Amino acid sequence: MPMLAHDLEALIRESFPDAEIEIQDLAGDGDHYRAIIRSEAFAGKSRVAQHQAVYAALKGRMGGELHALALDTGPK
Amino acid sequence: MKPWGSPEQAGVGALPPNFSERPGDMTEPPVFDRIRTLVSGHDVVLFMKGDRHMPRCGFSNTVVQVLDVTGVDFVDVDVLADDEIREGIKAFTDWPTIPQLYVKGEFVGGCDIVREMYQTGELRDLLAQKGVPHAA
Repeated sequence: MPMLAHDLEALIRESFPDAEIEIQDLAGDGDHYRAIIRSEAFAGKSRVAQHQAVYAALKGRMGGELHALALDTGPK
Repeated sequence: MKPWGSPEQAGVGALPPNFSERPGDMTEPPVFDRIRTLVSGHDVVLFMKGDRHMPRCGFSNTVVQVLDVTGVDFVDVDVLADDEIREGIKAFTDWPTIPQLYVKGEFVGGCDIVREMYQTGELRDLLAQKGVPHAA
């Protein structure tokens, strides 16, 4: 079940209210996205911890209804 | 072969069926021991879809290429050939996707992180720091 870019951004923003978020639909199929996220919440965290925080924000959808999400995360 | 592989059925923290029947039971799934033996028994272990010679997912293929170019020896574990590992590794790492790269028993990252670390030179630094042989 594909997911709308808008819904994806809303989910991420719930957990990272301060974030600058850019969602790119890589294949135009609602299933392969790249998310560029800049948030102060990432400051001082390893890349693994940053990505884990985003996966947590997606509440289990990653790997399920959301197959491919390339992440580019970092502090503002 | 589909370039993107196939969708996963389980998400973050997927656990064996019997696990949820015992809430509060801290016993870990038996597959964790298998995974621990794998990642501690080899310097570099890549959990991937397909094998190094025939990756069955574009993300897994990318990591294989990075490791080949870096000239590091690694053990490939095909999760498509082992359902227990396929679900177990996600819970073990607390990471919802494949591929997953381990160096000296430590989770390094998935495709995005490994590619980024390769581009910035951090991957070589990490291998050098951990004493893992690789091309100069």
